[in-house]
Amino acid sequence: MPPLEHVVLCREAQVSTLQSLFGERHHFSFPSIFIYGHTASGKTYVTQTLLKTLELPHVFVNCVECVTLRLLLEQILNKLSYLNASEGCSTEIICETFNDFVRLFKQITTVESLKTQTVYIVLDKAEYLRDMEANLLPGFLRLQELTDRNVTVIFLSEIIWEKFRPNTGCFEPFVLYFPDYSIGNLQKILSHDHPPEYSADFYAAYINILLGVFYTVCRDLKELRHLAALNFPKYCEPVVKGEAGERDTRKLWRNIEPHLKKAMQTVYLREISSSQWEKLQKEDTDPGQLKGLSAYTHVELPYYSKFILIAAYLASYNPARTDKRFFLKHHGKIKKTNFLKKHEKTSNHLLGPKSFPLDRLLAILYSIVDSRVAPTANIFSQITSLVTLQLLSLVGHDDQLDGPKYKCTVSLDFIRAIARTVNFDIIKYLYDFL
Amino acid sequence: MSNRKSKNNNLIHAECLLQVQRTLRERFCHQSPHGNLFGIQVQYKHLIELLKRTAIYGESNSVLIIGPRGSGKTLLINHALKELMEIEVSENVLQVHLNGLLQINDKIALKEITRQLNLENVVGDKVFGSFAENLSFLLDALRKVPIVEDLISFDYGNCFNFLWTFGDRISSCPVIFVLDEFDLFVHHKNQTLLYNLFDISQSAQTPVAVIGLTCRLDILELLEKRVKSRFSHRQIHLMNSFGFPQYIKIFKEQLSLPAEFPDKLFAEKWNENVQRLSEDRSVQEVLQKQFNVSKNLRSLHMLLMLALHRITASHPFMTSADLMEANQLCSMDSKANIVHGLSVLEICLIIAMKHLNDIYEEEPFNFQMVYNEFQKFVQRKAHSVYNFEKPVVMKAFEHLQQLELIKPMERTSVNSQREYQLMKLLLDNTQIMNALQKYPNCPTDVRQWATSSLSWL
Repeated sequence: MPPLEHVVLCREAQVSTLQSLFGERHHFSFPSIFIYGHTASGKTYVTQTLLKTLELPHVFVNCVECVTLRLLLEQILNKLSYLNASEGCSTEIICETFNDFVRLFKQITTVESLKTQTVYIVLDKAEYLRDMEANLLPGFLRLQELTDRNVTVIFLSEIIWEKFRPNTGCFEPFVLYFPDYSIGNLQKILSHDHPPEYSADFYAAYINILLGVFYTVCRDLKELRHLAALNFPKYCEPVVKGEAGERDTRKLWRNIEPHLKKAMQTVYLREISSSQWEKLQKEDTDPGQLKGLSAYTHVELPYYSKFILIAAYLASYNPARTDKRFFLKHHGKIKKTNFLKKHEKTSNHLLGPKSFPLDRLLAILYSIVDSRVAPTANIFSQITSLVTLQLLSLVGHDDQLDGPKYKCTVSLDFIRAIARTVNFDIIKYLYDFL
Repeated sequence: MSNRKSKNNNLIHAECLLQVQRTLRERFCHQSPHGNLFGIQVQYKHLIELLKRTAIYGESNSVLIIGPRGSGKTLLINHALKELMEIEVSENVLQVHLNGLLQINDKIALKEITRQLNLENVVGDKVFGSFAENLSFLLDALRKVPIVEDLISFDYGNCFNFLWTFGDRISSCPVIFVLDEFDLFVHHKNQTLLYNLFDISQSAQTPVAVIGLTCRLDILELLEKRVKSRFSHRQIHLMNSFGFPQYIKIFKEQLSLPAEFPDKLFAEKWNENVQRLSEDRSVQEVLQKQFNVSKNLRSLHMLLMLALHRITASHPFMTSADLMEANQLCSMDSKANIVHGLSVLEICLIIAMKHLNDIYEEEPFNFQMVYNEFQKFVQRKAHSVYNFEKPVVMKAFEHLQQLELIKPMERTSVNSQREYQLMKLLLDNTQIMNALQKYPNCPTDVRQWATSSLSWL
């Protein structure tokens, strides 16, 4: 096994703290340790690697998998009995309550191999413990006292300890912070997995460019590694084709930079999948017209549906008292003062859509459509299909006596694109843009 | 020659240090029942008297031990039970330890009592109508344990008198029930277990002592009327009532090595070092800070553990620098640490939220408003480098929500759009400004924006 410094980079201080906390095998350690830090800051990796390297008896459970109490407790007990499975395959243990867990735990750890050493239980994503039974978190914090054995429970989480503490207090764990990686550390770690065909400097230059584009937005190591792996073939393209050498940084940069910017809008947001991205790179097409998940052209609506949607948007974002001004052919004199007074904060586009009754929707619809529209079942069924498509949403209960109320849930850009296809200038009709 | 001597010294040191670590870790981490009792001698006397009366004279008692977390309740009861068991007469005293965290309802509690009294075979497959029936069956089963020696020592004349005065003492064993986290038992349905236990302690069936440990001062208000009336209202309070000079003495005692330590010379040197530390001004400041935050011994143990793990063969004695560093680690602001690791875009969003809070006086905001505020910053010509697409900003916003730095005002309903959901920021202005000071490579324009939202300053 290679020495720890080569396997775990940039975490020397934390490794030494953890090692000194664990102490000797038979020493007592703190009953519970709480490790927090940003995602992808190495908590799981360092803890697992350290426990495996030092060959300490440990059980590793991820709380995301354990939707019920039983799953969590049985997993721990089964993995523990597996640790000392020198007698062949043991049967699956059934454990339904925390009381049984403590009793069975005491039984399992009276085995010779586990009696003298500290047993470690590592609970990853511990924030999910807060949503399970109320006695679970305080119970695990005190497990050493409840079972009277040499056991330490390690909690790993992204959320700080203050948000875990129960109301009446609990046994306080030892809190350890895993600091985030600095940009130098990130560069070091990312350059570590360079493919062997290219030199380390070449890859380091690429990582520099990548960090230059993405560092202000995202510091998550996992995301950055994924993006680095995805975009490296595109970066090497000029070198492979022979257009540029390894040291022509300017040419390489010009080639990759628009590509990375496009990646930020698509792969980073998971608008398109990574395999689609790789296919696009291989085809070498111009990445201009990428159809992401939220592209407008996805939805091709019939003519009247588009108008219904536009009418719904106007009904949601215009206050009802302004309808007269926009939609009547001959509106009378309207006092300017009351009408035009609006605060920036109450701009409807900031507060969100309001609900409107069906009658108002139909009224606006009749006024914006040029030809005569009859209120047939056709129109009503189109309204229902818009609700199914989640472009409109039904507010309140289905069987209301005074008629259904709706809300329009599309964004301004979407509705502008739709209005453009029917040659309707929606901005003229919006109160917020007066 | 000197090389060998120093190597020998190092070896001896290393072994000593292992032993030191072992002793001190046992003391700090394991809550051994051999610890000293600081300042709770009166309460201890009260408790041990009570237990002796139950064990020797067959009196039934109930008491509640109340004290904040870490004030020594479990330590007190463990000490008392240890002393009780050493008395000769207490051979047949049975103990049942229940914990509110483990026995979350009365059925499990009853099974646990059966198990701890080793009466599982006696109960077998019996089905009982009620909780009270079951419990009285268990206690009756204990009666069948005769105490033969006592019967032999009496002559028949005195026998009848003895039986009359001491009731059932001869034919049943006293049971001590220790209920940890007593306030959790109060939430069981109808408080059946508590009712029955206190009922038995009032009636003269079997001598029981019911001892409850809890951290809630208002525990009596949580008891039902019928349970409260059967309780003896005897309370022992442990209030950590020592002052700062005694706190320093406790610190010295906790850190010193006991007399039974194998290497006497090293132990002496170590204890002298501890004495020096307790008189050092900076160490006293550290202890004062710790004392002002929380008096209980658990936080002191945490501080000493943190300082202890710096002890290595090359640094065999603790110094005041160790303690000061340990104190710093103990009193870190964890939210500031999290903010330290955010990306620049996320910091910009937090600053936008701060400005919204300043202008609109802490009214809840939604993503659209924050984005609007952020756009005002980006619109200034020099800041076009921060002009990210809206979905990218939304992803950063959702990351902040995942870290629980912002919180929705009400639960998400499926129908509402995420951009318009009202949120609240869980950082306050001083925290944000402090975090910005420590933020690595903070761009100057972002920092200036944080201090004022007006564009011409």
